[in-house]
Amino acid sequence: MTDTVDPISVVASEPSLLQRLAANRLAVFGAGLVLIAVLMAVLAPVLAPYDPNAVDSVKRLSPIGTAGHLLGTDELGRDMLSRMLYGARITLAVALAATALAMVVGTAMGLISGYLLGWTDTLIMRFVDILMAFPYFLLALSVIAVLGPGLLNGMLAVAIVNLPFFARIMRGHALSLRESDYVLASQGLGAGHWRILFHHILLNSVSTLIVATTINIGWMITAAAALSFLGLGVQPPTSDWGTMLAAGRQYMSSAPHVAAIPGFAIFFTVLGFNLLGDGLRDALDPRLGEA
Amino acid sequence: MTGRDTPVLSVEGLCTDFHTHAGVVHAVDDVSFSVGPGEILGLVGESGCGKSVTSLSVMGLVAPPGRVAAGKAVLAGHGDLLQRSANEMHAIRGDAIAMIFQEPMTSLNPVFRIGAQIAEAFRLHRRASRAEAMERAIDMLALVGIPEPAKRARSYPHQLSGGMRQRVMIAMAMVCDPELLLADEPTTALDVTVQAQILDLMRDLQAEKGSAILLITHDMGVIAETAKRVAVMYAGKVVEEAPVEALFAEAAHPYTRGLLSSIPSGQARGKPLNVIAGLVPNLLHLPTGCRFRARCPMAFGRCAEAEPPLTEVAPGHKARCWLHGDSAAAPDGPGSAAERVEA
Repeated sequence: MTDTVDPISVVASEPSLLQRLAANRLAVFGAGLVLIAVLMAVLAPVLAPYDPNAVDSVKRLSPIGTAGHLLGTDELGRDMLSRMLYGARITLAVALAATALAMVVGTAMGLISGYLLGWTDTLIMRFVDILMAFPYFLLALSVIAVLGPGLLNGMLAVAIVNLPFFARIMRGHALSLRESDYVLASQGLGAGHWRILFHHILLNSVSTLIVATTINIGWMITAAAALSFLGLGVQPPTSDWGTMLAAGRQYMSSAPHVAAIPGFAIFFTVLGFNLLGDGLRDALDPRLGEA
Repeated sequence: MTGRDTPVLSVEGLCTDFHTHAGVVHAVDDVSFSVGPGEILGLVGESGCGKSVTSLSVMGLVAPPGRVAAGKAVLAGHGDLLQRSANEMHAIRGDAIAMIFQEPMTSLNPVFRIGAQIAEAFRLHRRASRAEAMERAIDMLALVGIPEPAKRARSYPHQLSGGMRQRVMIAMAMVCDPELLLADEPTTALDVTVQAQILDLMRDLQAEKGSAILLITHDMGVIAETAKRVAVMYAGKVVEEAPVEALFAEAAHPYTRGLLSSIPSGQARGKPLNVIAGLVPNLLHLPTGCRFRARCPMAFGRCAEAEPPLTEVAPGHKARCWLHGDSAAAPDGPGSAAERVEA
């Protein structure tokens, strides 16, 4: 056959997703930051030198570098390093769970809305509009006000706030992909609505969804930390970086490290997710790379 | 059903409307034709004459604002397709009746390997394990002339050329051995040599599998090479229906003659190409009488008064033109200047 090039050779010369990602220094930096945060959370029991809740009233507010306490201690003499490690678990778990919830529900809403159109679309999108009409933090606070403060409710609140983000992105995808030739071709072969929605439209939106999710985790960390900072998220004695930041702000002049360490941790983790998300977007969208 | 051997598909009085803001467009208006077992029927016409809408109507894939308003499309053994529920149509589409489309470059899902896509088309209608379906997919790839089918089955669509992709589309459509294949401009997007290969392939498959084919195209060359019988559509209506030899030897409708004379030929080298003057009428504002009269070099008084019926001009050869009407003896002959209607 003269009308084919050997496809194997063509493919081999194309860089893989990881290679393209590795070529982007900022993305690698972002991935590194994310990896550090994840390792902190995963390895907390191994790495933590002390029980994060062990109070030592003699060593209150020791500065960074105190013997036995690498990152110092907080206002109750608890080891900052241990608390940061265990705090990473809560912070990341809340952000990941909330993102997953928002992604699954938002994606389903957007797909159904953009594919079925008609009154279903109107109903779902007007609901999304209502969610978007509230300033996002006010909405989260209202959800907490109804459900009461706590880890789970805080997570639910940030998830609801982020529903519109996923719903609107996926609706756009469903709208354009439902008109694509391969959807028509697949209808011509007898595929039903669910098959088209989840096989053709969803799977062709995966790259967008990966990028959206990665960037969204960054926002979720900030939102969850903000709720904790206000005392509406995680309740003591459990603590995430947001509650640590809130507790530390009273000692800003005498012991700035108590607030600064969780603050920087939040900052760098969010930065990491955002840079990784941008890098993934560039790597997954070849058109953007060439432009 | 006609008296002769039962047609695979018989379409009668099919009307499909599009409800637009500007008004109702009758994209397909009282179209009737039938496709016999193992026959290749060509459906020809310009862009916008209703060819594709006809095939989508038969498949039950006309999307709003379009709506099938009237008519029957009887598929042998399945009854009137237009009366089937959505679920019944899911079972029929891809099994008893399949369709291939104009754009092979975009008609395959870019994220799945082609073997998996063909296998999926098979598993939608037949009980088969993944392994069996994949085996079937590889057989189909071999059947449509793709070299090293087992290896190619693991290729993604972007790794194949347009001709190869159209072969894959044909393999997908034929995987359940449909009784009828609707091919909507299957070769239009391909270059000429590949086009000939695809037409050969379709003819071979038709001979081997015995499927009937409805071949939709605007290319008279494709029709001459492939079809046995032709229906010519103009502005939503069938204006002529004939065996392919009869159509090319003596077309009865002035529109068909215009189409045939506008094919570039080697003999007329250096001379301007023949064209049919004017444009297809706006389907929202159709002229009275015959729809072609404004562009017809032979139009006369009667053409403006009433729409001509589809009448038999020779056995198996029908045309919708007053030149051949029952009382068609056009006064003073068609060319008479006095009778010509101003467009």
